[in-house]
Amino acid sequence: MSDMQQAATSFWNDTGKTGLTSWIFSTDHKRIGLLYFYTTIGFFLVGVVLGLLLRIELMAPGRTIMGPQTYNALFTVHGVVMIFLFIIPGIPGAFGNMVMPIQIGARDVSFPRLNLLSWWLYIIGAVIILTSLFSGGGAPDTGWTFYVPFSSRTGTNVSLAVFGVFIVGFSSILTGVNFVTTIHRLRAEGMTWFRLPLFTWSLYATAWVQILATPILAITLVLVMAERVLGTGLFDPTRGGDPVMYQHLFWIYSHPAVYIMILPAMGIVSDIIPVFSRKPIFGYKMIAFSSLAIAAAGSLVWGHHMFTSGMSDTAVVVFSFLTFIVAIPSAIKVFNWISTLYKGSISLEAPMLFALSFILLFSIGGLSGLILGAAATDVHVHDTHFVVGHFHYVMFGGTGFAIFAAMHYWLPKFYGRRYREKPAIIAWGLMFTGFNVLYFTMQVLGMRGMPRRYYDYLPEFGPLNLVATVGSWILAAGLILMLVNLFRGLFWGEPFVGNPWGGATLEWSVATPPPTENFEGEPVATHGPYDFSGVKK
Amino acid sequence: MNQLPLISTSDAINPLFLFIYGACLVLLLGITITMIYFVVRYHRSRAPEPTSQVDGNLMLEIIWIVLPSILVLAMFWYGWKEYLVLRTVPPNALSVTATAQMWSWNFSYSDGKTSNKLYVPVGRAVRVELVSKDVIHGFFLPAFRVKRDIVPGMSNYVWFVANKPGSYDVFCSQYCGTQHSAMITTVEALPEDQFATWLARKEAPGAAGKIDGKALAEEKGCLGCHSLDGTPGVGPSFKGIMGRSEVVVTKGTERTMTVDEAYLRRSITEPGADVVKGFQPIMPEFGDLKKEELDALVEFVTSVK
Ligand code: HEM
Ligand SMILES: [Cu+2]
Repeated sequence: MSDMQQAATSFWNDTGKTGLTSWIFSTDHKRIGLLYFYTTIGFFLVGVVLGLLLRIELMAPGRTIMGPQTYNALFTVHGVVMIFLFIIPGIPGAFGNMVMPIQIGARDVSFPRLNLLSWWLYIIGAVIILTSLFSGGGAPDTGWTFYVPFSSRTGTNVSLAVFGVFIVGFSSILTGVNFVTTIHRLRAEGMTWFRLPLFTWSLYATAWVQILATPILAITLVLVMAERVLGTGLFDPTRGGDPVMYQHLFWIYSHPAVYIMILPAMGIVSDIIPVFSRKPIFGYKMIAFSSLAIAAAGSLVWGHHMFTSGMSDTAVVVFSFLTFIVAIPSAIKVFNWISTLYKGSISLEAPMLFALSFILLFSIGGLSGLILGAAATDVHVHDTHFVVGHFHYVMFGGTGFAIFAAMHYWLPKFYGRRYREKPAIIAWGLMFTGFNVLYFTMQVLGMRGMPRRYYDYLPEFGPLNLVATVGSWILAAGLILMLVNLFRGLFWGEPFVGNPWGGATLEWSVATPPPTENFEGEPVATHGPYDFSGVKK
Repeated sequence: MNQLPLISTSDAINPLFLFIYGACLVLLLGITITMIYFVVRYHRSRAPEPTSQVDGNLMLEIIWIVLPSILVLAMFWYGWKEYLVLRTVPPNALSVTATAQMWSWNFSYSDGKTSNKLYVPVGRAVRVELVSKDVIHGFFLPAFRVKRDIVPGMSNYVWFVANKPGSYDVFCSQYCGTQHSAMITTVEALPEDQFATWLARKEAPGAAGKIDGKALAEEKGCLGCHSLDGTPGVGPSFKGIMGRSEVVVTKGTERTMTVDEAYLRRSITEPGADVVKGFQPIMPEFGDLKKEELDALVEFVTSVK
């Protein structure tokens, strides 16, 4: 990318520093964003390979390619990598860092060095997690939820893995603190709260969840380590402890964590749809406030993971009720996105295709969530492949597809080169098809009674499992095509100059790729984020 | 006795599934069709410029807050009502205790009879007390839409009624380690009279009053971890075990020993004492076996060549 003329003054080289250390010790938000991007995508690919192996094992009943212990370790590592190393840090760390400061007219985040520390903590935590796989008693086999008493008894390397997740948690907290401060303090002149792009709004709501919920995960994980290493017995019923208490503590973090994953994805989609419809977003304030509403109400619904755990019926009724309440702000967003299309001028380029398919896949995930929210129906599908299908729809179909949308939308801006459109569309088609074949089938399997975390299953589940596995191959084919096309384009593709999508947010007003200081002089925000009247391309 | 058949848990919950799936289908179709219609109708090739810059509508926002709220509250209410069905055991239910341990099931009846399948009479409610000996398991009976975690130290229960004779799968639904997916058994629903005969039948002692060691090993779940054909499992295979020389870990130190009868007995009643190198110390203790049972097991294990 260095031979571009417009790149001569970009953050890639205008400080004159281009070596590895100029990256891994950089405090520039754009460079840190790219570091996060490449590391999170790297872990995503690791997770995908593990997921494909799981699917191959499940292709037919009985042993296919691995034994039960290996299978259990693989789904645990798949879950831990996808959740803690890919999807939680994914959007805030990568696109939040790259884009948000420019969107609000700032030169950088409030605490650039803390930002670098966040990335390093993430890397250190990740290395510890990876070490746990190949040392001690071997890869943990507890599932990503680390439920006691199993996790305090198993001989695998749970303590080290949990310690790694603990460190990664601090990275997330620091990002949250940084973003809240940045959005409060560093907005440019004229950038009022209601001129903030909705992506920034969503990061703001997310940051609060990161700050408030993550410490509870940290405490819970310390208690698991104490249980294993010191034998504290806090969760051991024979010694006055309570295993269900662990589940409460775990989900008090891990349910809000679902919103750390999905809110910024909703923000991405809210930024992309207006641009490709050339129309202001419908119900800006509704979308902004519903992010805050989701962040707040979402902190009170953790018990819906525990309807069958034996907690009291009173708790069941309260958590079921609150769960349905959180469904409402999500539904509002979907209706607002669709209304934005009305009487617009819609262009179905790759970012828009991914954003629109986000809406569909997220809706399927959300609607299947209604089955899980109603107490009586949840009992049947809880801990089955229905749930596995449900959360892949939300996290992969939702957040994952939003990340793909963001990659096609923003990365060309930071590279000054772009991918080819046609392969991007074909890749999208493959992924969308494969995705539904894979995960819809898994939901059907769960409805029929196939439990999750099952290495082997009764022969009657055979045909559908084969269908799901074939779906995973179609999905993988699309994924490979998408990544090859994207990165080939970013490094060697056609130049990407100016503002070809016609975006009205501030990141489209700066040079491509942006210079280190982002803006020449002090930017002033003169119009809302989706006012396209003055946009020149 | 001319009693109406009990409403089974699945009959109570299936209409709720239909209601929620129906609503989901309508919503999903609505969303998808509207979206596709807009995308086609206002595609840039047909609509080169936007024909409206509308950015909100209070009336619409109110409608799509209020209508979905009513819908989800209905789901909540209906879901709660049917949940209470799952929690309310009809009177005169037959009580059975299910004991789960890694990775086997054992069901015991009030007269002391035990079985590794859950035999129940058709038409009568069954209340299953859920007891775990080690980690959390889950009792999942998909045919009746019933599931409950089995938490050590906690008294959970489920109930169901089988209105037709048949065999219904029971799965362990809460992940519990290596052989989690093998922790499967069945509910066997028998007509009332056949059930009574089954319950009354004492485990027919063999000719010389001996217990069948192999059947017992199956019932206690030994064979879930120890194979009979030499394939390594969660525990060492039984094949040719007698007289084998093993490296075991005793209180942290390794030593080599030859398997004899005393070693086998100790391994069953106090498995933690000597753990064969390369295996996890996870075997449950079977200290409550009767002497004859232990004898039968040891004899059976010795006989696997
Ligand atoms: C090609 C991509 C993927 C495939 C083929 C795949 C496949 C699977 C399968 C088969 C399971 C179920 C294992 C079982 O319960 O027996 C699973 C579990 C899981 N997946 Fe994926 N997955 C993929 C992508 C993702 C993504 C993108 C995420 C998150 C962003 C994710 C998060 C999880 C989590 C959290 C679990 C639960 C692990 C546990 O039970 O502890 N997966 N995946
Ligand atoms: Cu179990």
